Amino acid sequence: MKLGIVVYEGPYQHEASDTAYNFAVAALQKGHEIFRVFFYHDGVNNGTRLTTPPQDDRHIQQRWSELAEKHGLDLVVCVAAAQRRGIVDEDEKNRHGKDADNIAPGFRISGLGQLIEAGIQCDRLVTFGD
Amino acid sequence: MSDVKKFLYVNRKAPHGTIYAWESLEVVLIGAAFEQDVALAFVDDGVFQLVKGWDTGELGVKNFQPSFTALGDYDVQKVYVEREALEERGLTEGDLIEMTYEDEDDDWAEKSSIRIVSREEMAAIMADSDVILSF
Amino acid sequence: MALLHTVNKSPYQCTSLQSCLQHVRAGDTLLLIEDGVYAVLKGGKAAEALSAANGVKVAALSADLKARGIGAEKMIDGIEVVDYGGFVDLVEQTDKTQAWL
Repeated sequence: MKLGIVVYEGPYQHEASDTAYNFAVAALQKGHEIFRVFFYHDGVNNGTRLTTPPQDDRHIQQRWSELAEKHGLDLVVCVAAAQRRGIVDEDEKNRHGKDADNIAPGFRISGLGQLIEAGIQCDRLVTFGD
Repeated sequence: MSDVKKFLYVNRKAPHGTIYAWESLEVVLIGAAFEQDVALAFVDDGVFQLVKGWDTGELGVKNFQPSFTALGDYDVQKVYVEREALEERGLTEGDLIEMTYEDEDDDWAEKSSIRIVSREEMAAIMADSDVILSF
Repeated sequence: MALLHTVNKSPYQCTSLQSCLQHVRAGDTLLLIEDGVYAVLKGGKAAEALSAANGVKVAALSADLKARGIGAEKMIDGIEVVDYGGFVDLVEQTDKTQAWL
């Protein structure tokens, strides 16, 4: 089946991103297609490459980035939610005159329409949040 | 399957304690452009999102409730509010804001979008939808 | 159309499970994840409510049970324990998913 995964919470504070990741890995192992992972609300905080967890902890952002690279996943961070929370790519950095960007590899910033499109295109939409 | 899916936005959270309610509304506003069959459901604390009389000035956040009132202009015509959720919170339909749409099949008559439904009906509405966006 | 309901909150902290149980229909599946798995504890008040859900399959996520020290001996009967792959299967077997966040 074609799956859409929605993540509403940031890393570490809440289990949602862990559950979503483990679900995504299991779905890929079973041969399902993940059309898109959409990060919304505080979930956009999964997409900053500046996180540096202790070495004996899992690296949530890196895990997502690696999964995206391995399976060609489309990791989309909502632009409006990202702007509120300081998640910035090169374009956003230039547009808003910021001194840096912080988007992690494999993630891209786009609009809420991407979530609606996932709802239209996917056989199932599965939401993880608080 | 037809090109149009039945989208149901299920709102279960109170408006200001978290941003879920506000950002949920932003999804509805964007989603309206996709010409899907859209309905909103308000259950549990979600019913507080529609209670009138907000004054967010002292709190210092934007009052996003007028956007609910404007949903009729976005062709959102079905707003289901659960009767039991209202009653448990000491609320009645009279405590809610007005939400209206213009019915093109009835000479553009202005009609209320809000439909008070029982818990059992709400469960059926969820079962009948194609895509549920849960907030 | 059968729903998969996910509940991720402890029933001792939050009314999500209660609300979910008020909206499930025969043929639906309820999957307990994250802190939601505390509902399966034998002797707990929430377990009574779970047991009363007729015609509804109740499952709990093994990773979350294990992480919280909830072994089979602490669980009420009738709970299907699934791993993440089983979670994916439940999503596939039902028509859509409602997350009771």
